[in-house]
Parts: sequence; C-alpha cells; structure tokens
Amino acid sequence: MGNKTVIPFGPQHPVLPEPIHLDLVLEDETVIEAIPSIGYIHRGLERLIEKKDFQQYTFVAERICGICSFMHGMGYCMTIESIMNAQIPERAKYLRTIWAELSRIHSHLLWMGLLADAFGFESLFMHSWRLREQILDIFEQTTGGRVIFSVCDIGGVKKDIDSEMLKKIEEVLTKLEEEAKEISKVFLNDSSVKHRTKGIGVLSKIEAYDLGAVGPMARASGVPFDMRKLGYAAYENLKFEPIIETDGDSYARTSVRIKEIFQSIDLIRQCIHLIPDGEIKVKITGNPNGEHFTRLEQPRGEVVYYAKANGTKFLDRVRVRTPTFANIPAMLQTLKGCDFSDVPILILTIDPCISCTER
Amino acid sequence: MEQQSIIEISPNDLLAETSKLKNEGYRLVAITCTSKPSTELSYSFDKEYEFISLRMQLKDDDKIESISSFYPYSFLYENEIKELFGVIINNISLDFNNHLYKISEQTPFKQKKEEV
Repeated sequence: MGNKTVIPFGPQHPVLPEPIHLDLVLEDETVIEAIPSIGYIHRGLERLIEKKDFQQYTFVAERICGICSFMHGMGYCMTIESIMNAQIPERAKYLRTIWAELSRIHSHLLWMGLLADAFGFESLFMHSWRLREQILDIFEQTTGGRVIFSVCDIGGVKKDIDSEMLKKIEEVLTKLEEEAKEISKVFLNDSSVKHRTKGIGVLSKIEAYDLGAVGPMARASGVPFDMRKLGYAAYENLKFEPIIETDGDSYARTSVRIKEIFQSIDLIRQCIHLIPDGEIKVKITGNPNGEHFTRLEQPRGEVVYYAKANGTKFLDRVRVRTPTFANIPAMLQTLKGCDFSDVPILILTIDPCISCTER
Repeated sequence: MEQQSIIEISPNDLLAETSKLKNEGYRLVAITCTSKPSTELSYSFDKEYEFISLRMQLKDDDKIESISSFYPYSFLYENEIKELFGVIINNISLDFNNHLYKISEQTPFKQKKEEV
C-alpha cells in the first residue's frame, strides 16, 4: 500500500467547462476517495420567485442552464399549467417535443465534442461541434435564439413552425443522421477511443439505482427509466423505448448518448408527421393556487420541478432538482478505484452541468 | 398526468417511513424544503414511475435525523436544506457544515421574522 496523497482537482481545469472542486485521495496513482465541493456559481435563482411574478419566472427558469434552457422553461410551464389545470393545445405539445428533442441532440453532440477534446482527439471534437451547429441554426431559424429561445410560455408556445420549415428540419436531420453515423463509428470502434472508455468507471446496475443516478448515467448501467415514458407533451403519442446498455462503463455511457441522438431524430420525424393544425397557446387567466411536482427527461436525465402557489401572482416556492445534482454521488462512486489519469474522462461521462446543479 | 401522492407524517416518523420505502425498493428523487407559510419538508420517492412524497411540518426548534443511513446520496439535499433554510439535520453522512455553497448570507432562504 502506497502513501496517501490528497490532490485538489478543479475548480478550474481544462476538462471542466464549469467549476467543481474535488479532493482526490490517492494511493500511488489510484483514487481511493473523492470528496466534492461545489457552490462556486450558486445564484439563488429559486429565491428569485419572490421578486418575479409567475409569468416572468419562465424567463428565469430558461436561464438556469444554457444547454437545457428550453426544457427548463418547459418544466416550469408544465408545473404551473398543472396547478392551474390548463390544457395546452395539441400543436403546442408537438412543438415543445420537437424543440426538446432538438435540445437533446445538440446537448449530446456538445458532450461528445467535450469528451473527444478531453482525450485529445481534436478533429473528432470539431466534427461533433460542426454537426451541433446545424441544430443551433434550426433554433435560430425557428425561434430567433441559439441558446435562450423564450418560446415556451404558460399555456403553450409563443411561436409556430410552419410546414415548410418542418420539412426543412427533416431534411437537415436526414443529412445530420448520416454524418452522425460516421463520427459515431469513431467513438464506438476506434481503438484509441475505446482504450480510454471501455471498462473505465464501471457503475453496476445496483449501484446506479442505490445512488440515485438518472438519465444516460443510469440507463448505461441497465436501469431502464426514462421520464418521457410518463407521456408528457407529445410523448404519449410517440413510439420509443428507453436506450439501455448494461456494462455501466464510460463506453456504455457514450453509447447510450449516441443512440439517443438517433432516437431523438426518429422522435422528431414522428412529431413532424403527426403534428396537428391548430392553436399554439391558450389564454391563461387568474393566478395559480396549489402545488405540483413535474418530472421530465432532460439530456442529462430526470429533472424535478416543484412549485407552490398561494393564489397571488407571486409564488411561495419554486424548486428545481437537476439531473447533475442527482448524478454527483454516482460519479464519486465511479472515481473510487480509478486511475488518476482517468479522472477527467470520468467526470465528463456524467455530462456535468454545474450551473443547473447550483442554480 | 402523473399520479402523485403526498403522505403527511410527523418528523419523529421520518426514519421509520423512509426505511419502509427503502425496503420496498423506492428511489429517493428529491428533498424539497419550503419556508412559506412555515417550514415544510417533502421527501419524494419513485418506484416504476410511481411518485410518493412524505411531507412534514417543522417548528423552529425541531431537529430531524438525516436519512443518509438509508439513502447515502441524500447528503447533498440535506446539506443544501441545512445551509439555505437553517433546518437542523443531524448525522448527515458527509456534512459540509454550512459550506456546501459559497454564500455570504447565512440561511438566505429561511423565512425572516419580519417577513412573516
């Protein structure tokens, strides 16, 4: 047994887009414990509900995260709509689903680029982000924004996508699908990539469940839940099954996210073929009174929105439990026993979003 | 719409009720604290998309036990609630002693006396 050494990792590190700190306890080159420290970007956004009324807070929810921005707005709106028993138009449900799945594609491509960058495969990083740009272009053409869209609103959505644009989205996705297949081959078959991911950071199915892992982190270990199966938005009318892998290593987590890109493309195609004509928003009158928990599947996994309203335009409480918050304990588990040089890849394989986590 | 049930419990029953859910295979989904009109804690669990919350009302001097002996990953939720709302939670498996977040104000989410 070697001497124990504590190595501080982060909050600033080339592999971290956002700050998180870990005290890594090592014996020789092996990590035996990782103690997390967060809190560098806590913004108190939940408390802002006391200053912004329930309509204005949609804009705050969208700013919790720059990657899942649309789905944060959607989660908040769905919660308020549930409290107010508001039924949004069918077309709005499909539009929300299209933007949500486009968000998943761009988030997974962003993550693939970061992973490639972490193991030093710069051309793969650039190809991943080149594909992602095409999704951002769709956002810009349909909403006017590339990061924050501000199209989701309580009662529906603010903007429609006409049939010509829907056809164009399908064409872009068909082309993107072919290109994504090409880069997927490198992520899944290249020996140098597999060397960095195969068998690294194994999280068993029992560990994933017992540690509360969510999203691709859980599904890569064989835990089969996906909140889209709850049937919110248009998902109740779409055919899909959660993407599952069983090895629980970094390779399995990569594989799940890559397959989810193709699944999202399929879901968007289904939406384009099924979307009905009609209104995109219902008028909301009065103030919410009551409480509700909403769960939906973001790119990183299950997010929980809770709102408590008192009949005035200012809510008593909004609470957001983000997927990265839930995945930190599972990440710490994967770090135990790993080689020190694998730490950056293992942190990345939970696809951490610290802005979400700290809110 | 997803079916949700909220079960009211007393703080003294928290560990027993949590233990029961753990043995039945429920996953801890979130712990939520509200401070208006009074301090209220909701422990939310899921099993095969069934969503249950244990709900308890707390008085100012109430102390509660951590559930990290059943759900080790509850430590993040409990540290957050302790630090932001000032709820006293004993025996958290990894206790950051009010230094989870880098904040300048103590218990910023706690309902101040003048706000009541």
